[in-house]
Amino acid sequence: MRAIAAIFRADFNQHIQYRASALAGLTTQFFWGFMYILLYMAFLRSNPSAFPMTQRELMSYVWLNQGLLIMVVIWFVDLRILDDIVKGNVAYELCRPMDLYHYWFIKSVSRRLARAWLRMVPLFAVAALLPQPYRLMPPISLLHGLAFLVSMLLGFFILNALTMFLYAGTFYTLNPTGIRTLMAAFMDLLSGSLIPLPFFPDAIRRVLELLPFGSVQNAPFLIYSGHIPTERILPTILLQLFWCLVLYAWGRLLFARMIRRVSFQGG
Amino acid sequence: MLRLYTKYLDMNLRAQLEHRQSFVMMLLSQALLAFSSFLVLQILMQRFGSVGGFGLDEVMLSFAVTWMSFSLAETFVRGFDRFSVLIANGGFDRVLLRPRSAILQVLGSTVDFSRLGRLLQALIILILVAVRGPIQWDFLRLLTLGNMLVGGFCVFSGLFILQAGVTFFTTEGLEIFNIFTDGGREFGSYPMLIYGQLMLRFFTFVVPIALFQTYPLAYLFGRSQNLGLVFLPLLAGLFLLPAYLLWRLGRRRYESTGS
Repeated sequence: MRAIAAIFRADFNQHIQYRASALAGLTTQFFWGFMYILLYMAFLRSNPSAFPMTQRELMSYVWLNQGLLIMVVIWFVDLRILDDIVKGNVAYELCRPMDLYHYWFIKSVSRRLARAWLRMVPLFAVAALLPQPYRLMPPISLLHGLAFLVSMLLGFFILNALTMFLYAGTFYTLNPTGIRTLMAAFMDLLSGSLIPLPFFPDAIRRVLELLPFGSVQNAPFLIYSGHIPTERILPTILLQLFWCLVLYAWGRLLFARMIRRVSFQGG
Repeated sequence: MLRLYTKYLDMNLRAQLEHRQSFVMMLLSQALLAFSSFLVLQILMQRFGSVGGFGLDEVMLSFAVTWMSFSLAETFVRGFDRFSVLIANGGFDRVLLRPRSAILQVLGSTVDFSRLGRLLQALIILILVAVRGPIQWDFLRLLTLGNMLVGGFCVFSGLFILQAGVTFFTTEGLEIFNIFTDGGREFGSYPMLIYGQLMLRFFTFVVPIALFQTYPLAYLFGRSQNLGLVFLPLLAGLFLLPAYLLWRLGRRRYESTGS
């Protein structure tokens, strides 16, 4: 546990130094956020009765997605880890007196948290001051706000657990770019990154909500805005908890099997 | 010069086919990326019926043209897209030492054929719209379509070259360009008019994406008889000029990163 805390601190401090890059990213994300909003507004104007969310819910979704982007998209992975796997440096990592799964998991967590923290604060600050109807409003109630924090935490755990599958996939195929693009394409669609899940046809939406991908951002963002009503908060969070446990257990099993099979070709 | 370029193409293709599995995987995942964007478009259009006065066919055509021209530019002008790598590792110094055009060499440095996965996907959509019948195809309409693709290729290539030009001054690639490259592709999937007059003006006069989709669409679908619209997309080619000038300016004051 002490080792985990130490790695977290070191990594977090390292990544929080990329301030200029965060600032550039911030501009980009504001633009993307605005364009998405303009796109949705165009659809809203074309056929208001078909719109599945309120404007307030939509704005929360878009701005939370942009502000927390790094905490909800799979493609922001540690390229150095991928490189280590492909080039074989992973042999050194295996010498450490620490489980590889936990080591990479905590590295993924700290890296994402540090980078997200840099963008989140200014983005939310500005989004909260925008003129209506574009403004990011506070959570609909204190209860929803607290539930959002819990749900976001669980969603973040699931994302990192999924990231571990990406690393495992790289072990097997030695093609990090292909695996990453493939997973990103799936995740973007199924997690509600491209469009919030309520926009999908009902039957498909119900399935997507049950998959682990829907737990990453769709669940917490919709809790925040109150789109998920009070009585459905608990089931949603329990489902997230379920996926946390399953993905964690499955990932560890996969890693244990993989490490037993791994062979190095000298050099 | 053309012989040298075909040699480059050949080299790149062979190198990429060397890792056949990876190549196919990249090709597929590129196609999948395009497909999920298209799926989203379908879902939205099914739900809402139309957007900003454009029907499904018009939006699909806009999507197909934008994605085809983007993936062509991304395949053949990828060398400029990845230019920051060439600057950072000193590869550009080597380029300057050779007695051949620098532009040709940068173009030849990376031709990423796996990006054609998106082209294939977009092509299928184009054919789908074309045979479904709302467009009365004739010579002028075919010409319009061709011009749209050429215009789109010029705009996206221009963006990549502009991005490379800026790299001369910043050494590092700028994430901000992603607004216009990836953003142009994503938001250009729909006619730019739907984002409002201000955005339309921006995407007409600054980054002329609307020139090769929003305006000529009206001619293709018979909503306007204005023959000027047939050739309007070619005007987007002018975008290459400032891109080239900036790149040339950057190259003149290039002093190597010393690695």
